[in-house]
Amino acid sequence: MMNARVKERVAFALMTLCTVLVLIPVLLIPLYILARGIGALSWEFLTQPPREGMLAGGIMPPLVGTLMLVFGVIVVAVPLGVLSAVYLSEYARQGRWVRIIRLAIINLAGVPSVVYGLFGLGLFVLFLKLGTSLISGILTLSVLVLPIIITSTEEALRVVPQSYREASYAMGATRWQTLSRITLPQALGGIITGTILSIGRAAGETAPIMFTAAAFDLPHLPKSVKDPIMALPYHLYIISTQVPDAPPRIQWGTALVLLLLVLSMSLIAALVRARVRKNLRW
Amino acid sequence: MIEDTNVPPPLVHTKARRDAPGPESSARTSRAHIMDRLMAWVIHVGGSISLIALLLIFFFLLREAVPLAREYNLVQFLTGRSWYPTSDPEEFGTLPLLLGSLWVTFFACVFAIPLGVTSAVFINKLAPPGLRNALKFAVEMLAAIPSVVLGFIGLIFLAPLVKNLFDLPTGLTGLTGAIMLAFMALPTIITIAEDAINAVPRSYQEASLALGANRWQTLVGVVLPSARSGIIAASMLGLGRAIGETMTVLMVTGNAPVIPETIAMPLRTMTATIAQEMGETVQGGSHYHALFAIGLMLFGISFLINLISDIALNRVRSGRTR
Repeated sequence: MMNARVKERVAFALMTLCTVLVLIPVLLIPLYILARGIGALSWEFLTQPPREGMLAGGIMPPLVGTLMLVFGVIVVAVPLGVLSAVYLSEYARQGRWVRIIRLAIINLAGVPSVVYGLFGLGLFVLFLKLGTSLISGILTLSVLVLPIIITSTEEALRVVPQSYREASYAMGATRWQTLSRITLPQALGGIITGTILSIGRAAGETAPIMFTAAAFDLPHLPKSVKDPIMALPYHLYIISTQVPDAPPRIQWGTALVLLLLVLSMSLIAALVRARVRKNLRW
Repeated sequence: MIEDTNVPPPLVHTKARRDAPGPESSARTSRAHIMDRLMAWVIHVGGSISLIALLLIFFFLLREAVPLAREYNLVQFLTGRSWYPTSDPEEFGTLPLLLGSLWVTFFACVFAIPLGVTSAVFINKLAPPGLRNALKFAVEMLAAIPSVVLGFIGLIFLAPLVKNLFDLPTGLTGLTGAIMLAFMALPTIITIAEDAINAVPRSYQEASLALGANRWQTLVGVVLPSARSGIIAASMLGLGRAIGETMTVLMVTGNAPVIPETIAMPLRTMTATIAQEMGETVQGGSHYHALFAIGLMLFGISFLINLISDIALNRVRSGRTR
């Protein structure tokens, strides 16, 4: 029996060690970027365009470009994602068709990001002749975040008690009235969580916008949705691989701003979801 | 994740109920019914948006990839050993790229699957509740770090380390890419494996413990075998994440399109090739079509991986764990 006990001890110690090994970088990476990048952060860095071939100046155009992309993605993807979740959870008969749609959602979530870039190039940039532009980038990223919004909205719709709907129907409300006044407001937390997660994802993706929206360097901000933009993740890629002698201060500063943007979104989403789950326990 | 079970059957409006002319049937309620019908229609159309999107992706990849068949020998495309897209004559052999992707992904999985499953067990079975939530949160944060940031870290921090540690001419190697990819695949593996372990009924474990097995014996003899399907699904999805990852491998693997002999040399993946070359090629040319054909291969690979893991996950849900 002693043998088994020793074995258990050793095995559990090794497992703890493995987990620590996995988690050290998770803590270390953000802290390291913070330490190296914090010195670069200043009002000028955030409000000035890059100068002298990206060897000096700030990150205003890429930052604004990313914010524009994110805003557009919310406008396009959230209504579509919510519609789709409502269909799956409230309107569809569970059967083969729903199974096919769910399989499509899972596959959509698994398509490599660079393939989204090719898709956006083929459909939006070339076929619909939108060009390398803000709108092409928005549409490409919107397809990419759809699964996130659908999944999180559906999860929230599922925990709305059936009795709420039945009470509403019993009082003569139509399906749409029940949905818009009872079910959807109850699921708002899930919709917000999905939206915030999508913001983080859309802000951090590089490959899907490389051939659809992003430009190497632009002297001014886009004037319309048909203009190309600079974006933060693409800018980081450019200044860390394509611009020799780019000052580390600017590289780390850019990485820090991008990381802060994305991680704060994840943090907020996690908090909202925790709150919603707590409130929605009947 | 998405699941089919526990969904209450939707309330179906019977025709009689909708059209029944009640005494209160006024202009207002009929407007509500028109709105109801309209929105039902909108929602039915919106419901299939994911399927439409997936079909569009497939169609547009196909549309831009198919012309390659007229311009280049397909057997040569799939089995050719050299990728020289800009030389004359052009050579579009994708074997080095496919092998590059497979090597990096294989090594990433060798690191990530054991570590991920172990961490999932630790989080679910060994960690006290407070720590468990903190760990799950940390995993979620790891998943959120943009790949270009991880690529940047790999470039500046890991590549010199690999170079010095193994005394290599360059730190930008398949190994560097595999280590970074392992980290990117970990959140997927941990999350899904943890769900699967969590789904093993308590009674199984209590029965094992009551028979005198200790916690380790219960884990190896009862919990892990019961969670097998979920762990397979977790590994498959982690693999899918690794093979489709673009920016990190583009930045840290050295981008040499040669057939790799060891993992400790520069190589080039399929994803990195597309990202690297699409911006520089002529739209509508053979090279352009070849890059779309690589995209189509990636789409096919990810479709297969998702299909297999979906089948495994459905087994978990329906309780058929073996």
